[in-house]
Amino acid sequence: MNELECRQVVEQVTAYLERALTPAEEQAFVDHLADCDGCDRYLDQIRRTAQALEALPADALTAESRAALLETFRTRPS
Amino acid sequence: MDDLPVDSVLVRRLCDRDESAFALVLDRWSGGMHRLARSYVSTEESAAEVVQETWLAVIEGIDHFEGRSSLRTWIYRILTNTAKRRGVREHRMIPSDEVQDTGSGEPTVDPRRFQSAGDPFPGHWWEAPAVWPAPESGVLGQEVRELLLAALAELPERQRIVIALRDAEGWPAEEVCELLGITAANQRVLLHRARAFVRGKLEKYYTQEATS
Ligand SMILES: [Zn+2]
Repeated sequence: MNELECRQVVEQVTAYLERALTPAEEQAFVDHLADCDGCDRYLDQIRRTAQALEALPADALTAESRAALLETFRTRPS
Repeated sequence: MDDLPVDSVLVRRLCDRDESAFALVLDRWSGGMHRLARSYVSTEESAAEVVQETWLAVIEGIDHFEGRSSLRTWIYRILTNTAKRRGVREHRMIPSDEVQDTGSGEPTVDPRRFQSAGDPFPGHWWEAPAVWPAPESGVLGQEVRELLLAALAELPERQRIVIALRDAEGWPAEEVCELLGITAANQRVLLHRARAFVRGKLEKYYTQEATS
């Protein structure tokens, strides 16, 4: 049986999350995680990293620039 | 969020000077555009100007939009070009041709964290990654927010675009591939390297915080 090493697992986390592993690779990955707290935690932290980025605030336009852009759009000759 | 009209409808309405259609895309996309622009330039004000400038270019160019990419991809291409020019001007970035994305074969986790041949468990962790504090629900603390922005700014450009669009904006992989003209496999490598880098920054922050 071809056992995965942790240093390989950490390079597969994104492929795993993107469902890009082959079924055999995915099985080996999941099996490893079931036995390895370090890699399980690593995967979780990659997920949390993505979630933290999702929570970055996205500033809306200020009311002035929004109004100015709409005005420009409206008055632009066709 | 309600779906936007399909591109063909949206573009026709924009070309017809339908203000409500313009308000729709303006309100839907400006926030994400600002967030991506912010990783190129040094201030919020500057990012806001990049977004403003991009929309002006969109108004200017919409009649010539040929639909060879999605509308959103076309607009984001204008945005990244505008942001890059300004980032270079602010000496925030080196033009991207000069920045090499780190080789895709390089490990993304410090090899010293794993045991070597001759150690009891070669290739396995010496010590599992430290536990992070429980996630604050929803809102990010100011420090974490700044750390994330700084980390994004440090990434090579394509990695930054990929992680910002995939993780912060929730774009599908295919659209990111289209924007950058890269393959799915390539996109995955860029995303992987970027996530590992940002995770490393968070790890450093959380472990320092725990020991300080
Ligand atoms: Zn492991």
